[in-house]
Amino acid sequence: MRHLLDTKGLTRTAALRILDVAEDMAATQHREVRKLPTLRGKTVVNLFFEDSTRTRISFEAAAKRLSADVINFSAKGSSVSKGESLQDTAQTLQAMGADAVVIRHGASGAPHTLATSGWISAGVVNAGDGTHAHPTQALLDAFTVRKRFFGDDSRGHDLAGLRVTIVGDVLHSRVARSNVWLLTTLGAEVTLVAPPTLVPQDVSAWPVRVLYDLDEAIADGPDALMMLRIQLERMSAAYFPTEREYSRTWGLDAARLAALPADSIVLHPGPMNRGMEISAAAADSPRSTVLEQVANGVSVRMAVLYLLLAGERIEAEEDGR
Amino acid sequence: MSESFLIRGARPSGGAATDIVIADGRIVETGTALSAAGATVVDADGLIALPGLVDLHTHLREPGYEASETILTGSRAAAAGGFTTVFAMPNTSPVADTAGVVEQELALGEAAGFAHVQPIGAVTIGQNGERLAELGAMASSRARVRVFSDDGFCVFDPLIMRRALEYVKSFDGVVAQHAQDPRLTEGAQMNEGTVSAELGLAGWPAVAEESIIARDVLLAEHVGSRLHVCHLSTAGSVDIIRWAKKRGVDVTAEVTPHHLLLTEELVRGYDARFKVNPPLRRDEDVLAVREGLADGTIDIVATDHAPHPAEAKSCEWAAAANGMVGLESALRVVQQAVVDTGMLTWDDVARVMSAAPARIGRLSGAGTPLAAGRPASLTLYDPRPVRRFTDADLHGRSVNSPYLDRELPGEVRWTFFGGVVTMAEGAVLSAPGVRA
Repeated sequence: MRHLLDTKGLTRTAALRILDVAEDMAATQHREVRKLPTLRGKTVVNLFFEDSTRTRISFEAAAKRLSADVINFSAKGSSVSKGESLQDTAQTLQAMGADAVVIRHGASGAPHTLATSGWISAGVVNAGDGTHAHPTQALLDAFTVRKRFFGDDSRGHDLAGLRVTIVGDVLHSRVARSNVWLLTTLGAEVTLVAPPTLVPQDVSAWPVRVLYDLDEAIADGPDALMMLRIQLERMSAAYFPTEREYSRTWGLDAARLAALPADSIVLHPGPMNRGMEISAAAADSPRSTVLEQVANGVSVRMAVLYLLLAGERIEAEEDGR
Repeated sequence: MSESFLIRGARPSGGAATDIVIADGRIVETGTALSAAGATVVDADGLIALPGLVDLHTHLREPGYEASETILTGSRAAAAGGFTTVFAMPNTSPVADTAGVVEQELALGEAAGFAHVQPIGAVTIGQNGERLAELGAMASSRARVRVFSDDGFCVFDPLIMRRALEYVKSFDGVVAQHAQDPRLTEGAQMNEGTVSAELGLAGWPAVAEESIIARDVLLAEHVGSRLHVCHLSTAGSVDIIRWAKKRGVDVTAEVTPHHLLLTEELVRGYDARFKVNPPLRRDEDVLAVREGLADGTIDIVATDHAPHPAEAKSCEWAAAANGMVGLESALRVVQQAVVDTGMLTWDDVARVMSAAPARIGRLSGAGTPLAAGRPASLTLYDPRPVRRFTDADLHGRSVNSPYLDRELPGEVRWTFFGGVVTMAEGAVLSAPGVRA
């Protein structure tokens, strides 16, 4: 794997490979010594143009557990805020000898631009770009769903036949976009539920069903319900009238939680707005996978960095060369 | 006495081979087997002769943004594309909203000598959309401004638009509207539809263009004024203009070469060379603007030549500037999109790229037929070769062309501006009339 930019370009085989390697990585995390020597001598740069403490420390933990050297480059207080371009920043990292660049950027496509510009030779991992993609989040979500439904038997399984419903601000969500492609590639049936204002104007090319009514979606008995974080500033842009109306209509309250089938699970990418899109009852229920998602995030990101940085060697060994 | 020329065997608008004699800035004679003592002979066998092309929509960036383009470099790029007249949009710094600025631009164009540079005046002071600029002063200045536009910005306030339409009637002016509802396009990055949904780029919906055009044709009808619609890009816009013309509204419309050829699919690589305003649209829009041009609903092709420095394009999509250079590629793109597809004849090309834009801009000395007594502004074009478009084809100061590495038909061989050679044997001259 040269780069990980989005999930639309991932084949079923490639996605399963990442998930299966993540299983191996997860297994090592129960040992007494959790650190692996695999990426010793490699340098991973976390290049964050947007604040995201959670994603950054997850990538940092993943890289460190593989013994890579980690450099955190945050746009805040750096030359970026003084007007340095993406090109200059990238070339600086290249000069410092980065082997992989994990980039979070507010502009959709910035990781793609970085990977195709010729500015750097390092592998690029998209850690979230604008409203476009967040592939490692989708991978950890898929990993979490698979783990809940197949347990220790997860390896090699896809998500065929599982029904996943994604609820909330799809329009602005890179998490939703990445999940739509990955989950359907893995065989899941995806339903989107949102106010019509928060669905992109034309999703006819997406392999999904769109509903506006959360109760209707819950009555269908989904296997997994993924609640997206709602940004409160959307209210001022007339996407919905009030916080209260949003919460009442599209929030996962106790009654809706109780209406879910017995074995269905509730995902949330975090950070949660408790009482807004998700009630405390739902967030703290045994159905909730929120903390598993965080733990699985480290395993998935270890797998991605491993395949990116040690991948060629592994593939050569497997081919018997 | 200026150099005289005998052009042998050119085909005016693709018709029968004709000789053309040029002297003292005018066409002296046309016919067959002509001779002209002392004239330089130009072998134009197989070349199409077109009246010098007229571009109603360019950005020459001077004054203020000389790092991107100057009137000299921009008009030289124009010559390389077969143009002899370019209308310069007013979004310079300072904005061309006073007689002083438009006269300066006119003078810089005259000094450059590669083409007639005809300034367009801003509709409102600073293009802020709030108070009318001194339209009358620009009209009566030496630059004789007849076209007014806040291009880059829409004259959004319906009352200001109405007043501008009414006011310019006194000197037969026209308001050239950049139709874009600003509220519907806040933060917009590309055409809104299936591709924007997938790429996570904020959408620029077709309705933001169409609703303004609909409003403006009704306003123009109401006050009996002349309206020109810049760079229309959607199938719906073509329908509205068609409807308005049928009603008798005095409206003209333009389309750019890139909207005749390119679609939003090109945005998928996030290559900012394809970022432009209005954005590249869908296949069905491209077909609709071609049909609109062919049936006369759309009057002209104009380039919207918009030079930007490398750093404005070599960055993430959202940070990149809108716009493409287009002067050097325009005729070749038009050939590929609408001539080679059988939708336009070369006579039609002469109309939509020369006669009609000159008429809309009320320039009597431009866009005239290739006939004795007329100004010797013409271009000789070879439609036969097909070549990869490269940066060697670009002669302005910026290289933000969407056609780089694309195969395009045709080649501009010669351009004459008022009897002076600006492009000779496929090479643009370093100074007008000066050949090595």
